[in-house]
Parts: sequence; structure tokens; C-alpha cells
Amino acid sequence: MSELRDILVIDDEPTVTQAVAKICSAEGMTVSTAGLASEALRSLEENSFRLILCDIMMPELNGFQFLEELSRRGIHTPVVMMTGYSTVENAVKSLTSTGAVDYIPKPFTADELLAVVQRSLRCGTLLDKAESASLPRSGAISYVPCPANYYRLGYVSWALMEDNGTALIGVSDLFLKATKGINEFDLAPVGEDLLQGIPCAEAMSPDGSKHSIMCPLSGRVLEVNAGAQSDPSLVERDPYFRGWLYRILPSNPASDLQWLSL
Amino acid sequence: MLNSKIGLKLTLGVALTILVVIAIFAFFNIQSENRSLLTEVERAAHQYSEHLKADMGYDMLHNDRKRIQEDVRRIGKQGTINGIRVFNKTGEVIYSSSPDEIGKMVDIKAATCFRCHLTGQPVKRLQKQEHMRIFRTEPDSPRQLGIINPIYNEQTCWTASCHMHPESQTVLGVLDVTMPLDKVDQNIRHSQLAIIVLAISAIIILSVIIGFLVRWWIDRPVQDLLTATREVAGGNLGYRVEVKREDELGMLAKSFNSMTDNLADARLQLFQSDKLASLGRLAAGVAHEINNPLTAVLTNSSYLLKRSQGQAEIRDDLQIIVSETIRCREIVKSLLDFARQTVPKKRKADINQIIHRAATVVDNQLSMNQVELVMDLDEKLPNVTVDANQIQQVFINLIVNASDAIGEEGGTINISSRPISLSPTGTLQIKRALCRKRHDLVDRKIQIDGKPAISMRYKKKDQTGLIYLNPMYGSTDHRLNGMPDFDKDVELMCPDCSASLIADGESCPDCGSPLYAFEVPLKGLVQGCLKKGCGWHRWEQADSAWNDEYVEVRVTDDGCGIPGSQLPKLFEPFSSTKGQKGTGLGLAVTWGIIDNHNGTIAVESEVNVGTTFIIRIPVGT
Repeated sequence: MSELRDILVIDDEPTVTQAVAKICSAEGMTVSTAGLASEALRSLEENSFRLILCDIMMPELNGFQFLEELSRRGIHTPVVMMTGYSTVENAVKSLTSTGAVDYIPKPFTADELLAVVQRSLRCGTLLDKAESASLPRSGAISYVPCPANYYRLGYVSWALMEDNGTALIGVSDLFLKATKGINEFDLAPVGEDLLQGIPCAEAMSPDGSKHSIMCPLSGRVLEVNAGAQSDPSLVERDPYFRGWLYRILPSNPASDLQWLSL
Repeated sequence: MLNSKIGLKLTLGVALTILVVIAIFAFFNIQSENRSLLTEVERAAHQYSEHLKADMGYDMLHNDRKRIQEDVRRIGKQGTINGIRVFNKTGEVIYSSSPDEIGKMVDIKAATCFRCHLTGQPVKRLQKQEHMRIFRTEPDSPRQLGIINPIYNEQTCWTASCHMHPESQTVLGVLDVTMPLDKVDQNIRHSQLAIIVLAISAIIILSVIIGFLVRWWIDRPVQDLLTATREVAGGNLGYRVEVKREDELGMLAKSFNSMTDNLADARLQLFQSDKLASLGRLAAGVAHEINNPLTAVLTNSSYLLKRSQGQAEIRDDLQIIVSETIRCREIVKSLLDFARQTVPKKRKADINQIIHRAATVVDNQLSMNQVELVMDLDEKLPNVTVDANQIQQVFINLIVNASDAIGEEGGTINISSRPISLSPTGTLQIKRALCRKRHDLVDRKIQIDGKPAISMRYKKKDQTGLIYLNPMYGSTDHRLNGMPDFDKDVELMCPDCSASLIADGESCPDCGSPLYAFEVPLKGLVQGCLKKGCGWHRWEQADSAWNDEYVEVRVTDDGCGIPGSQLPKLFEPFSSTKGQKGTGLGLAVTWGIIDNHNGTIAVESEVNVGTTFIIRIPVGT
């Protein structure tokens, strides 16, 4: 009997799956848990899910292999990767090469988890709508109508290389739509060094949830878009041009860009 | 034994050279001595023969043959004469010191005659040396000198009463005197012997002297170097060769010492980075392992916190669990950041509040050790842009260190904070300085007050050397190492590429001397005057962008103090003064955090009185 459930959480650590299940259930979501990727694949045969939360370092099939298996089976359920800070590079890789939509660094609080989960659920809905509007869809992130020459980190953020060696950083429109409005951006000051895959800004929603924006490119902040800071709606109206967040001096563009998709 | 071989070879070579030189010398010496002795003998023989001829002349004029024969016999018996003969024109011996020879004919081909009768027609006059001949009667008999003296026809001869000789005769006969050369030969043999003795003793004496000098100048230093290389090869990088001399071997010893120094430094660095790399791997491993339990604690506690609306008591406790777990998360992250050497996440924060939070965390430990924490915090402290978690880590480190220094006896830790104004001179440290070809002048091996100094090479005529400038902006406490007083004749250049460090077309506004100049990457040009007593300096970008507002925090304890010898190494990784108790990372991490915040950390300590750590963080914009 196939049933549409909200979330499938996969982690070899039962305390993590239990905690996630508890928090999400309390918000009225239906949650299934799996201790192994193979177990999760069996659950996916029985039921369909709106969102999958998946650990990267697991015995047998790891997170990347699980994502490959999903695309082999033609399952387009959005996936959020969970991983510790020790494997940020892995997380960035998972967003670009395997089509995960987002990731959440462990350990996380209930609020951080819920912000990502709800954002990703809405993202899934948006992608579904796009599909029903028969827009092309080969992977989860192909929906994003990003201008040409823009490098994307998942559906979260973008980077644009400028002629003089600097780069602009901003948020993608799908991320903005999935957050249900933003009334404040908490941005890093000029001179700060940003790291790829580590949150570089926080977006505050009217409902009080906070959304971390993963940095697409490592580098030093040269300029903060004062317009975006004073008027967050500017970012929502024009995320790719006037709504940029930082101008940075990339510290390691060659190796960073290989993880981003054009 | 390589070196003794070198000594032996050198000695043999020198001996051989001496031998050749003395042999050549002896050859020419003996020849010339031989010649001069013979000349002397010849001269004497010639004189003798002339005397004899003159003596006999009278008797001949009287044709007193008996008397002549008697004279010849008597004179011929003298030791210096071997024999005297007189023969007439036909070759018949008329007189002889050996009377049995008289009347015998001399062969015209005999040595006595052939000089004149070499060619059919007899020679009228002979050259002086042609009168002489040297010969041996038997092959092994002593040499003899023969001298022939022709007796020419004179007026007195043909006018004499005997009318023996007609006027037409030219030569009447020949006086032949032979003399022994054994004395001369003995002298020659003596001088040969003397030269051989001289040669042998010269070889022996010179060999001994050369051998001794080789041992003193080459053997010993080479032996020392050999011992040193073996020691270093065996791993003893602390081994030093004693440098006693200024020659090439002395220089070799010096460069050997500096090589082992560099090697020791490199090994230490390798060791350190290896330790750091292991620490990084350990941190990554720990982070991964600890993330899952932390996730469980954080998700559950934050979930409970969300559900505990209205239960104030539980909420407070849960709040602590949540915030401390988040702090754990940041610690794990900063451990990874330390391994990755990443940068702080800075936000505006109140330092006093951070100090209070740090104090709360270590409160239990302090009360257990009967340590009283006294805070004297300035209420009007401006907010600073810092990574609150990292700065909290710094204060926790310092308070725990202070508590450890106090020990079990109990004591007091005083924390004070206040805003201060600092001038850029004496506060700003120049951490990188580039020459025109972008070589870094900062030499990490040379430190002034514990900070890597700026190195330059000076040159004035033939005099050159390295000087080290104090990296603290505005300081005049440089190490000028005997550089002549600064003027336009002194060149300053990059020790790597010799690019000039003199500012083109600029001179000191105070004293008019030329200025040195180098670039601090992204922070503009630094210029200064090195004239004695002047000390003018300018760093336009630092001076104009300088924000003199700082927050100063002092953490003082009345514990055991730190010996002066340990102070310079205090902030280096793995230099724990606490033995087994510490990891040796605490103060290194602290220093790294403060440095990342462009702040400074200093320490003042007196053994058995206490220690004060002074942290200054720029307020910034």
C-alpha cells in the first residue's frame, strides 16, 4: 500500500533519527526512519516521501552512493544531507555533483532543523509545480532559472566572477521563495574571510525561523550590499542583479569553482 | 684516516720537491766548485812551471846539464809535484825527475805532444788552457794534471857561448810538469757529501715541520669536522664545532654550524607541523565521533526547550544545556579551524559579557581550588568586533592557566577591563615587508623582543653586513650590527636580491638623510630614517587608517609565576610549562585567536609573585 509521507530520515546513529523524528512529528509531519541506506531504499519502494534527510558517513552504502542509487531509480525526492563540520567539503560536493538540495551541519538545534526541513519541503513543492508546468527537469536543481555565467551552490546561493578578479555572491530565487519571505539579513562585515560551504549570512523569516545561507566561494569580503541590508525585499525582487549580498576577493577560485555548477 | 693520508701525501710531495730543488742546486754548485778548484790548481801549476822554466833558463845558458838534472830531480820529489820532464824538439827526454826516463823518446801522438802536433804542422803558440790536460795513468788511479810549457828560442839562446841552438829554431823543447789532483778530488768529494747531508737534513726538518703544521692546521680541524658530521649523522643536531680560526676551515666549521642550526630548525618545524597534522587528524576524528552524540543532546534539549513554555525553572536549565552544547559545537569547529587555520566569525560583542560567560563556565573549578575571582570591569567599554566564542575560549584558557598557577593553596585572580588609546607607533607590528622584487624581508629566525625582525643588507665601500630592524612600527631599537652612521654613501638592499631599499628622491624631513622604504602587502609603504638619534618614520596608510581605540583586559594571578627563561617561548605550540597536565596548545591557540583579531597579547611575570596577561583588541568599525 503506497502512501505519501513527509520525511524519510537516514542515519546509522539511532539517537539522531529518533530526535529528528520526534521534532518533525511534533510539527505534524509524518516521519519514517532508516538506519541504513539499503533500509531506506526498501522504504522508498513501499512509500513515497516529500523529503529525505540523509547522513553522509554511513556503513555499506554512503550518502553519495545512496544519491546515485536514487537517480538511477528515477526518484526525484529532494534530499537534504546531514554532516558534521569536519566534512564540509563532502557537503559542498553533495550539493553540486549529486543533486542534493541543501545540507545541515551536525549538530543542529530543533529550530535549525525545522528551518531547513520546511524550506526544503516548500522547495520540493515548487519543483513539483515546475514539473507540472512541464519545465525541463533532469535533476532537482535544474529548475533554477539562474542567468548564464552564474555559478550555483545547490539551489542556495550563487557566485558571479567579475572581470577584475573579484566575485559577487548572492542568494538564489528558489531559496528565497522556499523561505516564505525574509525581513532581515544578518551579513558578515567587510574584511571577514568566508569559507565555501560554511554559512556566510543568515536570513530571518517573519515566522522567526533563521535560514543559513551557504557560501558558494571562499574569499575575503570587500563590500557588503548596503541596499540588501537596509531593504531585504530588494534581494527578493532582484536576487541576481541588484540584490547581491557580498563582493569578495576569492581566495581559491580554481579549486572552489570545480564544485559549483554553471 | 683520510686526513692523515692527506698529511702524508703533502709531506711526501714537499720532500720530493725539496729533493729535486736541492739536487739541481747541488749539481750546479758542485760543477762551479769543481771549476774554481781546477782553475786555482791550473793557475798554481802554470806559475810553477814558469818559475821552473825561468830557474832552468840560467843553467841552460851555461849548458850545465848536471845541475839542471839535479834541480829537476829535487823539485820533482816535492809532494805537490808528480813529475817533471823536459824533452827536446825530437821528443827525447833530456831531463826527468825519474832519471830512468832520460833518453827515452816520447811518441808524438802522446797526450803531452798532440796538442801542438795535432795537425802535421806544429802550432807556434798555444792558448793558456790548452797547456793543461787532466788524465789518469790507470783507470782507477787518482786524477793528475799535466801542464806543458814550450821553451821558445830567444836571443840569449842562440848567442850563448855553447852555440847549441841556431837562431832559426822556434821551439827548443817542452817542459812537462804533472801534478796530482787527489787533494782537489778530495775537496770535491767533501763538498758533495756536505750537500747530500744538507739535502737529507733539509728534507727531514721540512717534513717534520710540514707534518706538524698539517696536523695543527688541517688534521685537527678536519678531525673535528669529521667527528661533528658523525655526530650530526647520528642525530645529534645540537652538536657544535668549535670555531677557533678565521681561515677556510674556520669558515667551513662556521657554515657547518649554521647548516646544523638550519637543519635543527627545519626538523623542529617538521616535527611541529607533523604534530599539528596529527592534531588535525585527531580533531577531525574527534569532531566526527562527537557530532552524533552532540546532535542527540542538542536536538533533544532544544526540542524540550521549545515545549517547555511557561515552566521558567526547567527552561533556564534547558537553556544552559542548549547554549553549552552549542558552545561544544563551536569548540569542535574551532578545533577543526585550528587544524585548518581558518578565520574567526566576527560580530559586535561586549567583552565584559564574554568575560562573565567565561567566568561562569570555570566557576566550579575555581571554587573547588579555593580561587577567588575578582572582576574590575569598566562599564563604559565600547563593543568590539570579535568572534565571541573564540574570545571566550581565550578568557577560559587564561583563567584556567591562572588557577593552575595558583595551585591548591588558594589565591586570587583579578580580571580588569578598560578602554585605552594607543598610538600606532609601538603597537603595530610589521608582519610582512616586501622589497621591490617582492622578497619578504621579515626573517623569522632573527627576533627582537620575540618578534621576527626585518632584515636588510648595508654596504658602504668595502664594508657590508646585515642589520635587523625592530618590526614594531616606530621603534628605534634596531640591531644595526656596527653599520656606519647613515648617510648618502650607505646603500641598503634586500638580502635576497640586492634590490635597493633606499627611497628614490626622498629624504628625511628632520635630518635630510636618505630614507629606507619597503612595502607592507595591502597596507602601503613604510619609510624611515636610520640616522643616529633621528628615528623619523612614516607609514601613511597605517597612520591615516589608525583607530586608536582599544579594549584592554588584564588577567592577573598571585600564583607561582613564570621563569624569565620560559617567557619567550610561552606562546609557541607544545611549550607547556605544566608538564603532563597541559597539551601545550592553550596559549598557542590563544595567541592565534588574538592575532586573528589584530590584537596583541603580552605577559608580565615574576616568580612566586604572579603573572599578568594583557590582551588588547582594537575596537574597529
